[in-house]
Amino acid sequence: MKGSRAVRTTIALKLLMAVSGVLFIGFVLGHMYGNLKAFAGEGAFNEYAHHLRELGEPMLPHEGFLWIMRVGLIVAVIVHIACAVALWRRAAAARPVQYVAKKNAGSSLSSRTMRWGGITILVFVVWHLLNFTIVKVNPSNGETGGDNPYALLVDTFDLWWMTILYLLAMVALGLHLHHGTFSSLQTLGLTGSAVSRARARATGWIVAIVVAGGFSLVPLSVLVGIIEK
Amino acid sequence: MNLTLKIWRQNGPDDKGGIHTYQVSGISQDMSFLEMLDVLNEQLNEKGEEPVAFDSDCREGICGMCSLMINGEAHGPEVTTTCQLHMRSFNDGDTITVEPWRAEPFPVIKDLVVDRSAFDRIIQSGGFISANTGSAPEANSVPAPRDKAMRAFNVATCIGCGACVAACPNGSASLFLGAKITHLGELPQGQPERWTRVVDMVGQHDHEGFGGCTNIGECAAACPKEIPLDVISQLNKDLRTALKNGH
Amino acid sequence: MAGSTLHDGLTPLNEPSVQKSDDAHGYYTLGEKVVDEAAPTGPIADRWTTRKFENRLVNPANRRKLDVIIVGTGLAGGAAAATLGEAGYNVKSFCYQDSPRRAHSIAAQGGINAAKNYKEDGDSTFRLFYDTVKGGDYRSRESNVYRLAEVSANIIDQCVAQGVPFARDYGGLLDNRSFGGVQVSRTFYARGQTGQQLLIGAYQAMERQVAAGTVESFTRHEMLELIVVDDGAGPRARGIIARDMVTGEIETHLADVVVLATGGYGNVFFLSTNAMGSNVTAAWRAHRKGAYMANPCYTQIHPTCIPVSGDHQSKLTLMSESLRNDGRIWVPKKKEDCDKDPRDIPEEDRDYYLERIYPSFGNLVPRDIASRQAKNMCDEGRGVGPLVGDFRRGVYLDLGDAIKRLGKDAIEEKYDNLLDMYERITGENPYEMPMRIYPAVHYVMGGLWVDYHLQSNIPGLFVSGEANFSDHGANRLGASALMQGLADGYFVLPNTIREYLADGPFEKIDESHPAVLEAKQNVEERITRFLSINGTRSADSYHKELGNIMWEYCGMERTEEGLRKAIDLIRELKADFWSNLKVLGSADTLNQSLEKAGRVADFIELGELMCIDALNRRESCGGHFRGESQTEDGEALRHDDEFAYVAAWEWGGDSLEGGQPVLHKEDLIYTAIEMKQRSYK
Repeated sequence: MKGSRAVRTTIALKLLMAVSGVLFIGFVLGHMYGNLKAFAGEGAFNEYAHHLRELGEPMLPHEGFLWIMRVGLIVAVIVHIACAVALWRRAAAARPVQYVAKKNAGSSLSSRTMRWGGITILVFVVWHLLNFTIVKVNPSNGETGGDNPYALLVDTFDLWWMTILYLLAMVALGLHLHHGTFSSLQTLGLTGSAVSRARARATGWIVAIVVAGGFSLVPLSVLVGIIEK
Repeated sequence: MNLTLKIWRQNGPDDKGGIHTYQVSGISQDMSFLEMLDVLNEQLNEKGEEPVAFDSDCREGICGMCSLMINGEAHGPEVTTTCQLHMRSFNDGDTITVEPWRAEPFPVIKDLVVDRSAFDRIIQSGGFISANTGSAPEANSVPAPRDKAMRAFNVATCIGCGACVAACPNGSASLFLGAKITHLGELPQGQPERWTRVVDMVGQHDHEGFGGCTNIGECAAACPKEIPLDVISQLNKDLRTALKNGH
Repeated sequence: MAGSTLHDGLTPLNEPSVQKSDDAHGYYTLGEKVVDEAAPTGPIADRWTTRKFENRLVNPANRRKLDVIIVGTGLAGGAAAATLGEAGYNVKSFCYQDSPRRAHSIAAQGGINAAKNYKEDGDSTFRLFYDTVKGGDYRSRESNVYRLAEVSANIIDQCVAQGVPFARDYGGLLDNRSFGGVQVSRTFYARGQTGQQLLIGAYQAMERQVAAGTVESFTRHEMLELIVVDDGAGPRARGIIARDMVTGEIETHLADVVVLATGGYGNVFFLSTNAMGSNVTAAWRAHRKGAYMANPCYTQIHPTCIPVSGDHQSKLTLMSESLRNDGRIWVPKKKEDCDKDPRDIPEEDRDYYLERIYPSFGNLVPRDIASRQAKNMCDEGRGVGPLVGDFRRGVYLDLGDAIKRLGKDAIEEKYDNLLDMYERITGENPYEMPMRIYPAVHYVMGGLWVDYHLQSNIPGLFVSGEANFSDHGANRLGASALMQGLADGYFVLPNTIREYLADGPFEKIDESHPAVLEAKQNVEERITRFLSINGTRSADSYHKELGNIMWEYCGMERTEEGLRKAIDLIRELKADFWSNLKVLGSADTLNQSLEKAGRVADFIELGELMCIDALNRRESCGGHFRGESQTEDGEALRHDDEFAYVAAWEWGGDSLEGGQPVLHKEDLIYTAIEMKQRSYK
C-alpha cells in the first residue's frame, strides 16, 4: 500500500521478537554458565551469586547491574510476548477455516511448538522466580526466604519430581531455542543463501543443546548425588 | 484404479460448505490429477449432479491457476503443481481428501475455486519497476552481474499459485513477497524503488490479512517451483534496511 | 537475397494471383477483394517511421476522455494495457483467468527473437524480416513483417528495463542462442521459461497502471459479444458484453475502441498445447458481427510433444525440438511388434523412417515433415504406446545411441529438465526406455483480418497478437510468437490506435442504445438456450468429437475428400449439439459447464470454416499441407500463381440455415523480397 510505514509492518514485529529473542539467548547462556558453578561447591556458588549483586560497583550502586539486567529482561519479555500475541492473532485470523486434513512437510517439531512452548516457558519462569529469586520457596521443607542459594538448589533438586519438572522445562526451552535461534537470524536477514541458512540451522542446534544440556546438568547431578550439601 | 474422493463442496462464498464423498473407478495411472477430476465431473454430469468447480488453465505447471489441497498437502505429495501430479502417485483403493486453499485473503468462490486477487493487489502496491514503454535505454548499457541475474531468475519463476499461503499455518504470503522482492532487488534496474517497494508490498500484504511469518518452512516445502526460504531472509533484510533508511 | 535498397516499394516483384481451381465450390460465395487501405508505401525500411509521424496525435488532456477496452492479458493484451495506460487513456482490461498473469503466453519456452546483432554474426533488421517472410512460406504481408523486425530490438530494451531476468554471460551482458534453423544467434531467453518472464514483465507493468488508476482490471470475465453501433458515419465497435464468471452477471462495457488480444484457437482440435481455457469466442463473436477471419486453416503442428496416453487426456505438452539433435526417431517394422518393450525389438526390426526417407536431413527434417511422417507411420498401424481409440499415436525418439556415444552425463547435462518432465508425465525413464513423441497443435497463424494498423474491417476493432493473422504467413518461426505479441502491444498498437482515436471521443451512447440492448439480449438468450436444451451429452464430449474430426481431416495432411467429409461431420455434430447438449447448474453462479458450452459452440462453427478454407486452398504452404499439392518427393508445393492471397472470410450466416461464408481475397504483393519455393534438399 502506498504510504505504508516500515515500522507498522508484521516484519517490524518479527524484528522486535528477533532482537528480544537474541537478548534472551545471551541471558540464558550466561545464566547457564553461572549455574555450572554449582559443581565447584557451596562456597564458590554462593560467592558467585553474591558477586552478581556487586558487579559493576562502585560505578554502579549495589545490585545495580542486576537491576539493569532485570529491567532489560522484563522489557524484552513484554516486547517478545506482545509481538507474539499480535502475530498469533493475525495468524488465527488469516486461517479462520481449518483444513480437514493437513500434513506437515517442511516444518520441524520445534518450529510448530513455538507458541505453546513459549507459554510453557513463561509459566515455568514464574515458578522458577518464586523458587529461587522472589519468594525462595524451598519445596523440600516448605520454608521461604533462605539466604543460602546453594542449599536451596540442592534441596530443590533432591526431589525427583522437581528435577523432572525442570528437565521438562529445559526440553521446552531447547525446542524454543532450536527454532528461535534460526528464526531470529532469518528475521534479521542474515540467512540469504543456502550456506548461511544451513549455518543458522546449525547454530540453532548448538545453542539449544548447550543451553538446555548445560542447565540440565545441575539438577541431574543433584539427583544422582554428584552435587550435594 | 478405484478411488474414494472426499471433496469440499461449497455452493458460493456465503454457503457453509462441507465434505462430500464420491467413488470413481477406471482411473488410469497415466492420468493427471485434474484429468481424474474431469472423469468425476463427466460422471456427475451424467447423473445430473453439478460438476465440481476447480481452477486450471495451462495444465503444464506454469500458469499457476490450479491449486487444491490434496490429502493435506498443497498440490499433493509431489513437488509440482496439481496439473502435473499424476495418478501413479496414488494407489488403488486410496481415499483422497481434496480441499480448497484456506486463507482469509483467499475466500472460496465455489467448491475448490478461491479468489487470489490479493496477490494482484500486492503486485500493484509495488511489485514492478517503473519503466514506461519507450523510455528504456539500450539493453546492454547496464550490465547485470551473472550470479545476481541468475538468482533473480531463479526466484522470478514463482507462478503465484498461492501454495505457500495454503501450506503456511499462519496464512502468510512471505514466500510470494520474498520471491518478488528478491527478483527485482537483485537487478540493477530494480534499485531506485527498492526500499519503497518492500515497505509498500509488505504493507499491502498485511492489509490484505495475510499472517506474519514464523520461518517454519512449510511454504518452501510446498512451493512447486522450489523457491527457497532465503528469499524471506532477503525480504526481512530489505525491510530492515528500509526501516534504517527512514521509510 | 534482395537488399533493402534494391526495391523502393514501387515495383511489385509478382503479379496478383488468379485462382483457377475451386475445390470449395458450393461451400462459399466469392466477395469483393479486400484491400489494406492502411498499407504504407515507399522504401520498406522507412515505412513504419513515416507512418508513426503521419498518424495523428491525441492531446494528453483528451486521452483521459477516451475509453479503451482490451480483451486478453497475454503479451499482446497486457503490454497494450500497460502502454495505453501510461499514455493516459482510460483502459479496461478483461481476462477469463483469475489473474492477468495466467494468460497462456506464460507457457512459451524457447525465447524471443530480436535483431540486435549482439553476436556480430551478420544479423540485421532486414535479415530477420527476410527469415520471417521466408519461414512463413511467402504468405505474410511484407510491411507488417518488416515493422515487426524493426521494433524487435526495442522490445528487448523495454523488457530489460522492466526487470525481465534474461540469461547473461559472464560479463553481465545479454546472452543469445540460435533457434529454429536460422543461421544467426538472435534469440534472447530466460532458461526454458522465456514466455513466463516476459509475461510477468508485462503483467507488472499493467498492474502498475492499475495502481495508478489508468487501467481497470476485470478478471474472471469472459467477453461474449461485440457491440457495434452505427452512429451515422458507419458502424463502429463501441464495446463488449461480458459475463462475470463469478456472479453470472451479464455486463455491458462501452468504449471508444475495442482491442482483441485473445490469443489463438488451437483448442478447436480439443487436444493441443494451448491452455484449457484458450478459446475463439471473443474473435468468433466479432467475426459474426462482421469482422473477417483470415487464413483460418493455417495451423502449426509441433513434432515433438508428449503423446496422448488415453481417452481422458485433456492437454498435450511440448518438448523442446532440440531433442532431435541427439535422438533417433523410429517405429517397429512389423505391426505385431508395436506393443512390445522397445528394448526387445532388435535393430533389424526397427524402421528409422526419417533417415530412410530423407537420407540427407535424417532426423533433422523441418517441423512439418517430421510431423507428417509420424502421422503416416501411425496411420499405417505402426505407432507405439497405448492404444488410443483404434490405434497407437506415438513414435520412438531414442537417445540410446547418443547415451552410448556421449555418455549419460553429457545427455543429462543437456536435457535434464526436459527428461525430468517427460518422466513425470509418462512415468517412464528416458535414459532406459526410448521416449515416445507425437505431433501436437500448438499455434495458429490464422486469425482476424487486420490492416497495417491492426484494425479489423470493423472500424474501432483492433486485433493484436496471435488473435490476428498478420505477421507469420502460413508458418511461424520459433521464438517469433513472443516477439509479435510484444511488438503489437508495446509499440505498434499504441502508435496506430491514436490515428483512430484522434477522431474521438465518439458520440456518447448508453446501455439503452438499441444496438447495446440487442447484443445483451443475444447473450442472454444464448445462455438460456444452453441451459434449457437438457439433452444427454456434456459440452466436453462434443469438444472431443470435434477435435477428433479436425485432427483427422484438417490436421497435418488435408485432402479434398477428407475435408468434404469433415464439413459434413461437423454440420451433423452442430445439429446434435444444439439438440442434445446437457448443461447443469444455473447462470447466476460460477458455472464451468456453461462456459465450456459457449466456447464449444463457437469452436464448432470455426472448425467448419477452417475446413472450408483448407478446401479452398488447393496448395501446400507452411503449416497447410494438401495431399493433392506435393512434389514427387512428397514435399509441399505452393501455387503462387493461384494462391498468393490472404483468404479473408466474412460470416455469411449459419450453415444449418443455408448460410455460406463469403471469401474476400487480399493479394499479397512482394516488392522487397522475391518469392521462392522453399527447399529442404
